[in-house]
Amino acid sequence: METKRNKTILWGLVLIAAFSALSLGAEGIAEATGQTLLMTVLKKGTVYALLAVSMNLLNGFTGLFSLGQAGFMLIGAYTYAILTIPVAKRAGVYQYYDGGIVQFSIPETFSGVFGDLVGGVIGMVITLVICGLLAAFFGWLIGLPVLRLKSDYLAIATLGFAEIIRTFIQYESFAPLTNGSNTLRQYPTFKHLYPYVIIVGLCILGIVLLVNSTYGRAFKAIRDDEIAAEAMGINLAKHKMLSFIISSFFAGVGGGLLAMYMSSVQAKGFTVAMTYEILLMVVIGGIGSISGSIIASYLFIGCSEWWLRFLDDPGNNPGGLKLLAPGFRMVVFSIFIMIVVLFFRKGIMGEREFPDILRQRAKKTKKEAAGK
Amino acid sequence: MSENVLKVENVTMQFGGVVAVDNMNLEINQGEIVALIGPNGAGKTTAFNVVTGVYQPTNGAVWFQGEKIVENHPQGKMRQQYKGQHAGEYSRALAPTPDAITKLGMARTFQNIRLWKSQTVFDNVLIAKHCRTHTNFLSAALRLNRKEEQAQRQHVEELLELVGLSDVKGELATSLPYGKQRRLEIARALATEPKLLLLDEPAAGMNPQETGELTAFISEIRSKLGLTVFLIEHHMDLVMDISDRIYVLDFGRLIAEGTPAEIQNNQRVIDAYLGVAEDA
Amino acid sequence: MVQILSTLLPGISVGGQYALIALGYTMVYGILRLINFAHGDIFTVAGFVMFYAVTAMPVQLAIPLTIAVTVLLGFTVERLAYKPLRSAPRMSVMISAIGVSYLLQNLMWYITGGQPQQYPVIPWISDSISVFGTETKRVTIITPILTIVLILALVTLIKKTRIGMAMRAASRDFETARLMGIKINSVISMTFVIGSFLAAVGSFLFFSNYSTVSPTVGTMPGLKAFVAAVFGGIGSIPGAVVGGFIIGICENIIRGLGYSTFSDAFTFALLIVVLFVKPTGLFGEKLEEKV
Repeated sequence: METKRNKTILWGLVLIAAFSALSLGAEGIAEATGQTLLMTVLKKGTVYALLAVSMNLLNGFTGLFSLGQAGFMLIGAYTYAILTIPVAKRAGVYQYYDGGIVQFSIPETFSGVFGDLVGGVIGMVITLVICGLLAAFFGWLIGLPVLRLKSDYLAIATLGFAEIIRTFIQYESFAPLTNGSNTLRQYPTFKHLYPYVIIVGLCILGIVLLVNSTYGRAFKAIRDDEIAAEAMGINLAKHKMLSFIISSFFAGVGGGLLAMYMSSVQAKGFTVAMTYEILLMVVIGGIGSISGSIIASYLFIGCSEWWLRFLDDPGNNPGGLKLLAPGFRMVVFSIFIMIVVLFFRKGIMGEREFPDILRQRAKKTKKEAAGK
Repeated sequence: MSENVLKVENVTMQFGGVVAVDNMNLEINQGEIVALIGPNGAGKTTAFNVVTGVYQPTNGAVWFQGEKIVENHPQGKMRQQYKGQHAGEYSRALAPTPDAITKLGMARTFQNIRLWKSQTVFDNVLIAKHCRTHTNFLSAALRLNRKEEQAQRQHVEELLELVGLSDVKGELATSLPYGKQRRLEIARALATEPKLLLLDEPAAGMNPQETGELTAFISEIRSKLGLTVFLIEHHMDLVMDISDRIYVLDFGRLIAEGTPAEIQNNQRVIDAYLGVAEDA
Repeated sequence: MVQILSTLLPGISVGGQYALIALGYTMVYGILRLINFAHGDIFTVAGFVMFYAVTAMPVQLAIPLTIAVTVLLGFTVERLAYKPLRSAPRMSVMISAIGVSYLLQNLMWYITGGQPQQYPVIPWISDSISVFGTETKRVTIITPILTIVLILALVTLIKKTRIGMAMRAASRDFETARLMGIKINSVISMTFVIGSFLAAVGSFLFFSNYSTVSPTVGTMPGLKAFVAAVFGGIGSIPGAVVGGFIIGICENIIRGLGYSTFSDAFTFALLIVVLFVKPTGLFGEKLEEKV
């Protein structure tokens, strides 16, 4: 039993290393062949994998149907941008607000100590942690009232809070801090894919370890039967809050990474629709399956950004049809999603994880071998 | 053997105008098996729900191991609607959540089985050990709690052995036959390390043979684990076999208390069960 | 006086529109316990149908056509996306509703090319009139009146007709109603038909005031109408109406005070306060979970 516990951590680290190496390879191939969409899909897919897994922790493992994801991502994205824009560029970004009130940049501060490259990276990573912590703090604040609510009321209340957060960030009086409804840009980003893979990998590994710990089991008990969980001594308020805060933390980190990927952020874009997309990824992957969420994120981004692109090109229309036009790919894509939602309700993975499937395979082949 | 484990004191539970439990008083001593019986709808499960903290009583108090754990007096709208006695005797509103009461050492099973459906037999019991965990979530996630985890898993193995479910520990809880699900619920309750075990119709849906086995099993765990048992049951064979004392509830009111022999000969109890109309 | 009136009138008007949409939410929730996230998008579709219809036919024909198409859409969505999930957990149905919303928005984007469209001027109701010296569109005055008339009709339908009785039974106890031989599927379809009809009427009034239609324009009024339904007590028809009017009026007062940024946030803040203080809303009934 003891070695098995160690294995999860070990295997996780090995997988992260392997995927980082793979991502270097993929980047090389993409550059050589000029396939820019591949990099878009991989980067965005990686960031969304974290966002989907963090939502799954709440919706899939704890059974709390929350629709506040976009709000916590927004907090993460803005925290990252505000804390990392180089001081010299602030006057340009905050052009209407005299360069804003934040007059430092965390990566620059660290660059001063550790040199440009190392210090910059340390600063960026530390800022990501701050993104998570701030989102977690707001998660706690919001959780205090809303976690008393049940199922659909919880959904609508969290959705409401996400909208409130968006309104406040755009509020004129906070503009020296948030740049109001203007774009935040020119902050440092990771050029390569592998830093995204490493950070997201570590975060997901953390979630996997948590889900398989005694706390994760308590979350699942709450999801399966709240009344029984409470009767068996699991404090509902405490555990729901814990799950909510942890999910917000990772949504905040994911928001910071999303800001990096997008290279400019504006509060306007973090709408309910964004939360819906992430929820649909979770559903496609299988509610309650982490590997499912990861696979679904790449598939989702792949389909919406790349593989279905040809459907948007009017030049591809067969015969005299005028079906293919911009936007058609999203229609086809949403029909796919509806088919999954209606007829494959368990998603790609159901509640299973990838190792479970491998194990089942192994058992099957063993049995077959024995049968022969 | 005279130490008081549970004391229900003047408890009334009223939903709007309906009085489900009316001024109930009962005591359970260390090591006893006490049964609460009564016709359907008499308020037995409601009494359990008050004791375990699911409902807050309208009036009255509950003591556990010499400590007052629940207390309430009619509040808000209830102040006018309350029809019971002893209204002025209680002043605090002490209402811990069920998990806090479980942590004090009281565990229950449910009339309509409430196992965690997506979990295995083993995990169902293991999850119940969570309330005795001392690690925080960070050290649990980083696997710094191996010793504790190990000990808990060991205890779960022992409990499954005790209830005779070791051979099916890897199966989904809901795939078990009914009788075994009931045993699993008991194992799960025992995992919280209770001093008082509350069983809500543990033999419901069982055939006579299974009921007989269950009877022996309850006596066995009582002596092995030094438990006190409080149970609700309709199977009179089981009740008469193992109970030290019996309380009879009818329309929310306790109408009799005594040993199995006394209860069997009590005219009021016989009337209640045979349905002699009170206004006749 | 003029100032107060010029804030209050549009408030009452918008409130009436919210009320009409909120009825769709509250009736569906009453029977299926489902937040129909797609309802706001059905409302938007009604806006687009009207936009395209007037390019091909006179307004007198376009209005009934829009109503017919919207009602058909509501009916179809229920049959295709909700009916197959009748025995599924509530969360699945809610996800399906979100999926439908996603599909409808993408579909509208595809058809319109994502450009906001100018809503056609409906003669007479879009005319400017003067009320106590305040210039306003006639629709502002018509909305509350029409809303009240429609609601009275709806209440009569529910109180006096057989299908109305079936609806009341189904919202009280779905399973028992089914056992009593009520054709539950036709009751549910009827609910969606009525809800979509009211959303279509709401769209004429709403877009006559706001004049542009875009694929996501219905999300906000949809959510606000839902808040109105919760505020009034979900499942309650008078609740939805009172909630709609209160939210519409408050929103316009906040705009009038110069805090228009916060008019959306206010609605949600109100929702959270209501859920916190009285989760059942103004006229809602309490539901207990049995242990």
